[in-house]
Amino acid sequence: MNSVTLQNIKKTYDKGNVLAVDDVSFEVKEGELFGLIGPDGAGKTSIFRILTTLLLADSGSASVAGFDVVKDYRAIRNSVGYMPGKFSLYQDLTIRENLQFFATVFGTTVEANYDLIKDIYEQIKPFNNRRAGKLSGGMKQKLALCCALIHKPNVLLLDEPTTGVDVVSRREFWEMLKKLKMQGITILVSTPYMDEASLCERIALIQNGKIMSVDTPDKIIGSYPVDLYAVKSENIYKLLVDLRAYGEVASCYAFGEFLHVTMKEGSGAEQIEKYASGKGHQHVVANKIEPGIEDSFIRLMSVRDATKS
Amino acid sequence: MRVLGFILRKEFRQILRDKTILAMMFVMPTVQLIIFPLAMDFDVKSVNVSVVDNDHSTYSRSLISKIGSSGFFKMISSASSYKEALKSIESGKSDVVLEIPAGFERNLVREGSQKLGLSVDAINGSKASIGGYYLNAVIADFNAGLDVNLKNRNTASQKIEVTFSNWFNPLAMYKYNVVPAVLVLLLTLIGGFMTALNIVREKEIGTIEQINVTPIKKWEFILGKLIPFWVIGLIVFTVGLCVCFVVYGIFPKGNILLLYLFAIAYLVALLGFGLLISTYSNNQVQAMFIAFFFMVIFMLMSGFFTSTDSMPHWARVLSEFTPVTHFVKVDRMIILKGSGWNDVKTEFFYLLCFGAVLNGWAIWNYKKTS
Repeated sequence: MNSVTLQNIKKTYDKGNVLAVDDVSFEVKEGELFGLIGPDGAGKTSIFRILTTLLLADSGSASVAGFDVVKDYRAIRNSVGYMPGKFSLYQDLTIRENLQFFATVFGTTVEANYDLIKDIYEQIKPFNNRRAGKLSGGMKQKLALCCALIHKPNVLLLDEPTTGVDVVSRREFWEMLKKLKMQGITILVSTPYMDEASLCERIALIQNGKIMSVDTPDKIIGSYPVDLYAVKSENIYKLLVDLRAYGEVASCYAFGEFLHVTMKEGSGAEQIEKYASGKGHQHVVANKIEPGIEDSFIRLMSVRDATKS
Repeated sequence: MRVLGFILRKEFRQILRDKTILAMMFVMPTVQLIIFPLAMDFDVKSVNVSVVDNDHSTYSRSLISKIGSSGFFKMISSASSYKEALKSIESGKSDVVLEIPAGFERNLVREGSQKLGLSVDAINGSKASIGGYYLNAVIADFNAGLDVNLKNRNTASQKIEVTFSNWFNPLAMYKYNVVPAVLVLLLTLIGGFMTALNIVREKEIGTIEQINVTPIKKWEFILGKLIPFWVIGLIVFTVGLCVCFVVYGIFPKGNILLLYLFAIAYLVALLGFGLLISTYSNNQVQAMFIAFFFMVIFMLMSGFFTSTDSMPHWARVLSEFTPVTHFVKVDRMIILKGSGWNDVKTEFFYLLCFGAVLNGWAIWNYKKTS
């Protein structure tokens, strides 16, 4: 059973001049923690706004919790919890007032669904009488999550919940999502951070409004077709320039303190080391490594660019 | 309906929390009602006169002292020549130059007629004409008291005597005209500005996004926004009426319930106007400027400062199309004249039309855009 389905969804802005979402289809299974991974401007927010009935797609169909986003938009609003990327609660109301307000407009009370938000709410409860506008970024996110959960939704849509939040709060936030998932709530979350992808059960990689791949993080990494090498030397910038000029190198980009390099057929680590030493580099290290989601993303992106041009 | 209750509770909580705005909403009417009518005064009270007396006779002296004692004129200088007197007009010291020619008394007595020179600084048109008119009246009075004219009473100016009394504003004081209008200004600011800004703020901060994914219906959201300002508008109106009574002793001569009926209808129209602005603007600065643009036009065209009767025809037609005009008119009629329902019912239907059109348009546009 699918909780969220999109079929050939297309959305343009500016009278068709800007293509935001290009023929996107994917499904999120019930009770799944699904990640929509892509850089800024990839079309993630547009997809969320279509799913939350705030935006009408140009073509295609979508459903959330079994309801069509166009026909049954009222039903969707009762069964979906949405947390926009931008903090959108009342800044001049306190934590408690915000929570109470959203509970009452959904026709419920804070107490009725307290067990669902308990873990998260307990953390911000000491600041109950503080205005939402005066909270720290992490606390705002927690409050927003509480408000999105207060009516016990079947599906939770979180648009970049961890953007602009410190590392510790981010980790806590993902722990919370895992707990919510265990309560049977389907979660669709978007993020521009590749390292968060492995925390999802399945992910969709999105770029320029197009889905590049949908699978589990392991399978996406596993489908990386060639060997990947991490290379470094004393002068990392010169190495980057030199390797890019090398005919045997297929791709080369900076990744932390290393360069990630893929080779054309038949070449290996020794060739890289030999070539680099020949160019006068000292302390050259080249190791074969396991690719990460980011490597997969970059490869998918370059393959797409190559087929396009 | 229950949901509307929750929204209203939230709105009032937010409004009451913003102490600056709250204070402004109540300080503004009081201060404006006190300052405006006292400062804005179109009555011509003191006209500065420069006299060039070339005659230095009994007659010329008694004319000058008659002018000086009328209370409207201040004799600020007596110049020896017209040229010199003109300089005091140029420097802005005097408004009128009265030139009495040489042989003034002699010619009056001998020939029964004489001419006087009046030069009026006409930069401020109304002051010039009123000042000139007053001075003429004083001179005419002086003329009537002359021996020559007293002797042949039947042939001279004694034909029809006009006496008059001012109704509704016996002393013809400008403040009675402007106080009811300031009351209207207050309601206009609350109804137009505050609602527009409040709704646009939800758009700007993005909270409307969160509201739109809840089961709150559009009419609930709109009413939740309009009702608080409708209530506040009426409270401010009441405060304004109290200030009028305490400071100026103006108490509505007409039925006070009728006045409130109009205030209610007027606020509905203005709230619709605020809502309409909010549907066309995306942030508070836009809303502010659009609202300000229309408010200034409304104010200037409404007969607030100058009577609509003295406007050219096209402007009078235009002024009929602003709700402010009608409420200003009715407000003055009820407060000063004590007009009843029959006198003002046409205006009431005008206001109802404005309410229906503005609100209808706003809701139609609100639906279309989201």
